[in-house]
Amino acid sequence: MSVFDGLKFRRVTSPIHLLDPRIKFLYVCSIFVVAIIFWELLPLIILFLVQIPFVLLARVQKEWIRSLRGAAFLATIIFGTNIIFRFLYAGYTLTLQDIEYASAMTLRFVVLVESFSIFFLTTSPDHLGLALEQSHVPYEFCFAFTTAVRFVPVLADEAQTIMDAQKARGLELEKGNFLKRIRNYIPILIPLIISAIRRSLELAEAMESRAWGAIEKRTNLYVLQIRRADYLLTLISILIIIVCIYIRFYVPVPSFSDFWGL
Amino acid sequence: MIKVEDVYFTYPSGIEALKGISLTIKDGEFIAIMGQNGAGKTTLIKQFNGLLKPTKGEILVDDVNTKNTSVAKLAQNVGFVFQNPDNQLFCETVEEEVAFALKNFGFKETTLKKRVTWALNLLGLTEYRKTSPFMLSGGERKRVALASVLAWNPKVVVMDEPTIGQDYQQKEKLRQFIIQLNMQGKTVVVVTHDVEFVADCNPRVILMSQGKIVADDIGKRVLTDIDRLTQASIVPPQITQIFMGLTDFGLPVDVIDIYKAREILQKRLGEK
Amino acid sequence: MPVIEAKGLTYTYPNSTRPAIQEVSLKIEKGEFVILTGPSGCGKTTLCRCFNGLIPHFYQGELEGEIQVVGLNVADRPIHELALHVGLVFQNPENQLFALSVEKDVAFGLENLGVPREEMRKQVNWALETAGIYDLRERAPHELSGGQQQRVAIASIIAMRPDIMVLDEPTSFLDPFGAKKIFEVIDELNKSLGMTVILVEHRLDLAARHANHVIIMDEGKVVLDGEPRTVLGSQKARLLGVGIPKATRLYQILEEENGLSTDRTPVTSEEMIKLLQEVLKP
Repeated sequence: MSVFDGLKFRRVTSPIHLLDPRIKFLYVCSIFVVAIIFWELLPLIILFLVQIPFVLLARVQKEWIRSLRGAAFLATIIFGTNIIFRFLYAGYTLTLQDIEYASAMTLRFVVLVESFSIFFLTTSPDHLGLALEQSHVPYEFCFAFTTAVRFVPVLADEAQTIMDAQKARGLELEKGNFLKRIRNYIPILIPLIISAIRRSLELAEAMESRAWGAIEKRTNLYVLQIRRADYLLTLISILIIIVCIYIRFYVPVPSFSDFWGL
Repeated sequence: MIKVEDVYFTYPSGIEALKGISLTIKDGEFIAIMGQNGAGKTTLIKQFNGLLKPTKGEILVDDVNTKNTSVAKLAQNVGFVFQNPDNQLFCETVEEEVAFALKNFGFKETTLKKRVTWALNLLGLTEYRKTSPFMLSGGERKRVALASVLAWNPKVVVMDEPTIGQDYQQKEKLRQFIIQLNMQGKTVVVVTHDVEFVADCNPRVILMSQGKIVADDIGKRVLTDIDRLTQASIVPPQITQIFMGLTDFGLPVDVIDIYKAREILQKRLGEK
Repeated sequence: MPVIEAKGLTYTYPNSTRPAIQEVSLKIEKGEFVILTGPSGCGKTTLCRCFNGLIPHFYQGELEGEIQVVGLNVADRPIHELALHVGLVFQNPENQLFALSVEKDVAFGLENLGVPREEMRKQVNWALETAGIYDLRERAPHELSGGQQQRVAIASIIAMRPDIMVLDEPTSFLDPFGAKKIFEVIDELNKSLGMTVILVEHRLDLAARHANHVIIMDEGKVVLDGEPRTVLGSQKARLLGVGIPKATRLYQILEEENGLSTDRTPVTSEEMIKLLQEVLKP
């Protein structure tokens, strides 16, 4: 599923990858706020274009484009729904303004998906876990998060092995009506669940054996340090919000239909 | 009969796991496929029941090309016993577990019942008929998995690393069981890196390394061919190692069996 | 003073009617390389868990008798305290690594102990170097082979500098090549660091050469305990169905039937070759 590809971390050295995840999250939030403030097409187009230098700097173009394709489906639905409702409400007429509005709503969705995509593409799960930890989220949750991410590929492999084993016993996953097909997955799910339970027991043993719970205040091998680039991004994010709020209240935003004099 | 004709296989990730494999397995043969982890052994056997299809070349199982045949169909003749029984156990009772494949293959109720009883008996699991498979020990679960495959009486039985985690006695029992299966006419293919186990069984040995076959001959010749073994990163059996250190005394080197070793050494000691 | 001493240890798992180990008494001295073996179900895994406190603290159940590790009574001390002295490496490499990078995993125990960052960094680097995985330190565990994962597990244990390292069938899932490497790493730790090693293993042909103490269990009891050559060369071991090295077995046969004799029962092929070379000399 290409939209998920847009959320998987890609290990590459780039200045964006090195930024503190908390600051990156702040930036994404500021994009979010701006996208909500405007419903005109022009600022949203600008907002979308503003992302592109970040994508290029982070060298994640391929994956980013893939996630765009993944979002295309939902985007089409949003566009279509908006057009239809405008059409119906305005008494079966469609103006250029309607199209512009629908496009803006669609673009707003795309901008949000894309900024989150950049965030996840450039932030490794352990950095995320570390960011959570340093943001004073209780360690148990951070640990559960990173451990879960660590085991995702393991579980995926295991699911494949289980499917192979059951297929080799004549299980045909694609056969039968809708209900039968769901029941076909029971021989896959049960071994997977039981293995997950067994695995958690073994993990618990291993954790205990490595002095889990010895001290309240755990230390950490890594520490996230805010650097100059992080201060710069913080400044940029705050500036973006301030400028956009100013524009919203004091500057009239041109729209394309006005421009085309219709 | 399984014919592998110049088969190449590349995983979606890009790794080329099989690089031109050709071999023929006749009915009733007993074969061990050996090699390091990553040599391509498991990739090769998964081609036999269609779980994987060759990217180039073809595989014929009893003259049926695997390329366009479903796994379910091929599985009726090629039974696969996976390394970890916990990857397949899911039923409430051992009985249901053993009957699972039979149901999938469309066996009639009466035949099914007979087959289940027979398979449980064969593996000494009759007392656990109504037990939950999850209540059994590791070794017992392995036997349930084996019973569930033998129940449909496939012509070919493929076992992927059956000796992992087993103690010596369990391996001995397994060895005798495999030999029994083979004597009953089944084609048995065992994938393993356990040299001592293979030395005790003395089957035809196919040695693989980095996606290619580097040796294919009877056990005695392959397991004593030090060059080929080194290529596949396999250490020869201890008996062979001993005889390799005694070449100065004019003793043969192609010895893998402890009884043959005894015979040769006793003769030499007697001559003294 | 022995580094591990058990007296009449008996343990029954909760919901179990029969004890998993019965009246186990043994002494392990500092710096020994012990092999613990026996048929499946003999209690070796249970005994391992008594060494670091998983039994009785994690598993509950009934523990009778006494077990002391570096002078501490296991039943009275919490697992995290015993973890400073006893490290346990488990059978399945995948299920003892939780972090997303090798070095974070190696640091796990030290983080739990609240070791300050600079000190931790030094210990982690030392552990990575000693286990021969320094260049893997930034890799994710899922990318590694089974053998590499086990070395990460070993590194994460030695980073805590325990006196004793217990390994429960660490090579089960590895090929002989990977297994040999693990035994070499453990042997190095034992010989150069003086770490006491307790290795549960079935693959005696590969492991026996490193040991200086062998304990064989059967049905929850210790049935043989002593010097490797004596134990592995004994009739009893053979009758128990323990996988004694083929070299030893060959020697036993020739001893019985041809009167071959030596004061050092061979446990490796090299030793058997030497012996036969002597005997066959014209």
